[in-house]
Amino acid sequence: MASSLSLPTKPKESASGASETPDWSADRFNASLKPAEKIGFLREMLRIRRFEQQALKHYNNGSMGGFLHLYIGQESVAVGTASLMNGHDEIITAYRDHGHALAVGMGMNECMAELFGKATGCSKGKGGSMHFFAPDKHYWGGHGIVGGQVPLGLGLAFALKYKGIKGCAVAFLGDGAVNQGVVSETLNMAALFELPLVIVIENNGYSMGTSLARSSAVNGSLAKRAEGFCVDWSTCGGFDLYELRANLGAVMEKARTEFLPHVLEVATYRYYGHSVADANAKKYRSPEEIERYKADFDPINLWEKQLLSENVITREAIDAIDAEAKAEAAAAADFAIESPFPTPGSIFEDIYHEVDHQTEAGRTGRHFFSE
Amino acid sequence: MPVITYRQALHDAFAEELARDENVFLMGEEVAQYNGAYKVTEGLWKQFGDKRVIDTPISEAAFLGLGVGAAMMGLRPVVELMFWSFAYVGLDQIINNAGCIRYMSGGLINVPMVIRGPANGGTNVGATHSHTPENFLANTPGLKVVCPATPYDAKGLMISSIRDNDTVCFMENTLLYGDLGEVPEGSYTIPLGVADVKREGLDVSLIAHGRAVLTCLAAAEILAAEHGIEAEVVDLRSIRPLDEETILNSVAKTHRAVLVDENKPFCGVSSQIAALLAEQAFDDLDAPVLRVTALDAPAIYSMPLEKLQLPDAQAVVAKVLSSF
Repeated sequence: MASSLSLPTKPKESASGASETPDWSADRFNASLKPAEKIGFLREMLRIRRFEQQALKHYNNGSMGGFLHLYIGQESVAVGTASLMNGHDEIITAYRDHGHALAVGMGMNECMAELFGKATGCSKGKGGSMHFFAPDKHYWGGHGIVGGQVPLGLGLAFALKYKGIKGCAVAFLGDGAVNQGVVSETLNMAALFELPLVIVIENNGYSMGTSLARSSAVNGSLAKRAEGFCVDWSTCGGFDLYELRANLGAVMEKARTEFLPHVLEVATYRYYGHSVADANAKKYRSPEEIERYKADFDPINLWEKQLLSENVITREAIDAIDAEAKAEAAAAADFAIESPFPTPGSIFEDIYHEVDHQTEAGRTGRHFFSE
Repeated sequence: MPVITYRQALHDAFAEELARDENVFLMGEEVAQYNGAYKVTEGLWKQFGDKRVIDTPISEAAFLGLGVGAAMMGLRPVVELMFWSFAYVGLDQIINNAGCIRYMSGGLINVPMVIRGPANGGTNVGATHSHTPENFLANTPGLKVVCPATPYDAKGLMISSIRDNDTVCFMENTLLYGDLGEVPEGSYTIPLGVADVKREGLDVSLIAHGRAVLTCLAAAEILAAEHGIEAEVVDLRSIRPLDEETILNSVAKTHRAVLVDENKPFCGVSSQIAALLAEQAFDDLDAPVLRVTALDAPAIYSMPLEKLQLPDAQAVVAKVLSSF
């Protein structure tokens, strides 16, 4: 049964009650953007999309297993967020993590190789699609259990405040994860301890095959639940990079300077299923719905049009960037295919820090119990 | 040497580590202003202040997760569970996050956190407050599990656990908090993964951890006085890493092993030790490996029956005698 649900492309309601659409390009987080930065955002979104399409090709031909939760359609959210990080901000997300990983600067090769389960993968083939990490880039994963990463984000924010660092922690979750109890616990503790935690709900309308209307008793905004914990909240569209940057930039700044949490709900949409294994991706929603989003709300198309209208870039230049992204993704797949699998001995590595470093604590007693 | 309680020994370990390393902080329900539900953290909030000793709401999953996130960033959280039984609402954070993140990140991240609190039955509070999860937490590669029996071990193992760069599940015992023992002044460490022979003997090895060690020591006195049997008592001290060498050396000497365990028998810690002996000590044994464990039912409330459910010295004596 196809869903007749009409998903929001703009917030249904906002904390301020404002109804007029501002000129987001003139917002203070956007007005000073240089053409090269704007083109860089386009490049990053295209890289994510071409990376995932390349991954999908190899998933479908059986070259890799696991789950593959594609981010295609939502690229603006990760790219916009990464563009706002100040060097002290930390981010963490759930299992739909490829976009965030590439946006913070992880390489296509290491990410693709991880999908293939290769030793050259970012987690040495031990994590897979859902578990990309780059602590040197302030990126703390990549977490497979719905909602389980949100209190870790609380801990990142706690550590920032404890150390006196002027940064914020941004914890992403989906619309379905909002229903996990630990998210409510986290909201309460973030408010109670006055921690610089920004919770970003990437609301793509469906928790796997269950639409928002069938998973949340609260009508309208999911972010509004924050009111119950005295946490500020707001909503925005996630399709237009300017809008996303203006809204997220303001709440990240507030978190850094005032040590206050905030919940931002971002309207977005995924074109593919929950994962590639989601056989009903066109049954719990209509094909027409998917096509409407692709036609009218694709973040890459919108951004291309925007940059063309600003005369920041030419169509030819866009095509060249896209060709580069495709070539980079294809090369990453080649790299992954040619890379070796982890050695059997590596099964027992990267479990205990003390064992890996052969400290005294790592040498005393038996840590592993296989033959 | 000063004689102090198990509770005081833990308290002193925290005070010394809080003073030594500014990255160490204590967190949990009632640990600060209330002075700890079992008074283990008494006075530490007053001494170290709000930043270092932190009361939490009743939200185990969130504050365990907070600990993991803070530890990933280089802090050293010591997170108290009022009872280890309450960990069960936060197991996702302990097992999936603290236990697996290092592996899933290919070694990029480590989680230097201590999760601590009492894990014992025998206190007349029913099944939900009497769990002993050392067996199934030790079943998660990535986690370490420590169960001290004496004040001396409690302090030295706690300091080691706080300084350890992996997550340590530290399991105390409310029935031991008031026990007295000799503890040297000042800081010292006991390595995880080193068992301690608490009593030497030639006739049978009693192998235990936590409070069951004391049960074994009492049984050993009875065996010596009434039956002329000299039992060796091996205190595992840590379940993972496990000191197999000390266990095997003891059994090679005595040729008999009785495993005493307040954990349940099915897939319990004693099951692992029995497997070890079957695999590596078969030729040393003059008798089958025997076990005295908690009776395999949820912890019963009724006090007289609860006492029957846990191993006591007489049950250990009877089991040892059946081995000869």
